[in-house]
Amino acid sequence: MSAEQRITIECLRYHPEQDDAPRWQSYEVPYTPDMSLLQGLQYIKDHLDGTLTFRWSCRMAICGSCGAMVNSVPSLSCQTFLRELAPGPVRVEPLAHFPIQRDLAIDQGDFLNKLESVKPWIIPAEPRMLADGPNRQTPQQIDDYYQYAECINCLLCYAACPQYGLNGTFTGPAALALLHRYNADSRDAGTAERMEVINAEDGVWGCTLVGYCSEVCPKGVDPARAINQNKINSTKDYFLRFLAPRR
Amino acid sequence: MGMPRTYIRPMGSWWRRLPFYRRYMVREATCIAVIAYALVLLVGLWRLTQGREAFDAWRVALATPASLLAHGVLLAAFVFHAWTWFEVMPKTLPILRVGGKRVADATIVRSGAAAAVVASVLLLALAYGGWR
Repeated sequence: MSAEQRITIECLRYHPEQDDAPRWQSYEVPYTPDMSLLQGLQYIKDHLDGTLTFRWSCRMAICGSCGAMVNSVPSLSCQTFLRELAPGPVRVEPLAHFPIQRDLAIDQGDFLNKLESVKPWIIPAEPRMLADGPNRQTPQQIDDYYQYAECINCLLCYAACPQYGLNGTFTGPAALALLHRYNADSRDAGTAERMEVINAEDGVWGCTLVGYCSEVCPKGVDPARAINQNKINSTKDYFLRFLAPRR
Repeated sequence: MGMPRTYIRPMGSWWRRLPFYRRYMVREATCIAVIAYALVLLVGLWRLTQGREAFDAWRVALATPASLLAHGVLLAAFVFHAWTWFEVMPKTLPILRVGGKRVADATIVRSGAAAAVVASVLLLALAYGGWR
């Protein structure tokens, strides 16, 4: 290794049993060009301060656990490299808009309830048995929803969405993108059941198309598109009732 | 055991946190320019109902340096408003496919912007022709 490089990582700390409000704490971390921010945080925990709390699991942008605000930008810390943040200092905060539980760990409870509310599973028109065999789709039918199925529930999009920060009852980007993922699936017949969530004041109409959710998604999902396409569906649903009574 | 106490951060001045948010706020604010120019045109219509002299006075007022400056500022705001409007347009459309292939977002944005330019030029040509 060449001359050791060092970078300052400033973490927002909050321990509910002793802190009334979060506070900043700085750490000097040695790093190599292949080190992610997550590895920097792990260095702090292993060598400098064992009380620093943060979530992580897979280290390869698939589990969605290690999201944090890195210099105010929602990022996966496993996918953010310290060499890109040099010379620093780097400011690391828990994901914005969520209640802080402890240090970099946020309370995701609100999202989990919203995720459940959109019924993120295939609701078939007729019950299917294993004996019915595979439920086939054409490549185009897969293309209709596939990008939305890439969501890993990392919540970066919620941390990017000021509307969610201002109004916590907004169903929000990932849950609405996953709602659309199932509605857009040719095997699914649950659209009518999910319409109530779409049409609600806190459904798609809570979005003002800031569009930052789609910018920060580490998996190339476009929640802003899912939400705004459903503004059309919601409008159609509203006006078509005057032409055709609902079943 | 009770749930631990959580901390909720304030949202004050959230739009100052990132350039992306500032651009969004400017985009939304340009709607004020649209309202302002709609009012200018409405005043013109109202002056027209008052007769030729009143309408000519309105046109003279439009030709003052202050008015020309305001028009320059409003035009810049309109161009930004129109461009950012077309920029987000692909997200508001259902998937468009031509010959089984998805139409690229950039194509939708450029087509929208081109349509706006063509419509503006046509309108200007019509107005210029009608005036002469």
